[in-house]
Amino acid sequence: MHLTQIKDILDAQVIAGKGDMDQEVDFGYGCDLMSDVLAYVQNNIVLLTGLVHPQVIRTAEMLDIKVIVIVRGKVPGSDLIEMANRRDIVIMTTKHSLFTASGLLFKNGLIGEEIAHNELTF
Amino acid sequence: MNLHFDVEGGEFISAGVASSKVKKVLKQLAIQPEIIRKISVAMYEAEINMVIHAHGGVIDAEIMPDYVHVILKDEGPGIENIELAMKAGYSTASRLAREMGFGAGMGLANMKRYADILQIESEPGKGTTVEITVKLYPEQS
Repeated sequence: MHLTQIKDILDAQVIAGKGDMDQEVDFGYGCDLMSDVLAYVQNNIVLLTGLVHPQVIRTAEMLDIKVIVIVRGKVPGSDLIEMANRRDIVIMTTKHSLFTASGLLFKNGLIGEEIAHNELTF
Repeated sequence: MNLHFDVEGGEFISAGVASSKVKKVLKQLAIQPEIIRKISVAMYEAEINMVIHAHGGVIDAEIMPDYVHVILKDEGPGIENIELAMKAGYSTASRLAREMGFGAGMGLANMKRYADILQIESEPGKGTTVEITVKLYPEQS
């Protein structure tokens, strides 16, 4: 799914990485827990999260995540925005909840990153 | 190539700088992205742990032709029961750690998942040393 389509579907504002909007993602993943993101994300995803700590950008950096949608209308601080801009990471904000934002993207054809391993047997 | 970093404790904003630098160097060396990701995630979790649980520490990353070896050494409180700490979901982290999206008891589990070799030595009251080894060309060995 193209990033401009994600922006339109979620009625989102682009607050970082404005010059990097011309790209696509293959899957979506919604989570507020960064350790889980680190554990499960393997593919080219859009990360939907309600967490606005700068460590969200670090987590994205480690996994080569190029686009993050901040949900629930939260407004990240300037440090987070600056970190994202320096790493060419696109940040959008939407007023929708994590559930609704995920549902809207899913309904429009974006599928979720599947959990590839069992937590108890890794 | 050897890279050395001093990590400050309690610095929740800048935690991850060392992992970020190592990742950049590995990218410049044109290592496969999946391998870089394994090293980055394992090292980042370990670096976060240093900031959350210890009062920072030192990191030495050794980049060899066929593997990367990262040693993270702190003089923090140590781990009472490593077996229990390894269990996914077990955590002693603070509210501040949870606010940054960590502290849910996944750190050591993630390190184990992504490292080819993970060694943890810890003495309560003295500190912890975590060693992460990732092979750069696993198909050849």
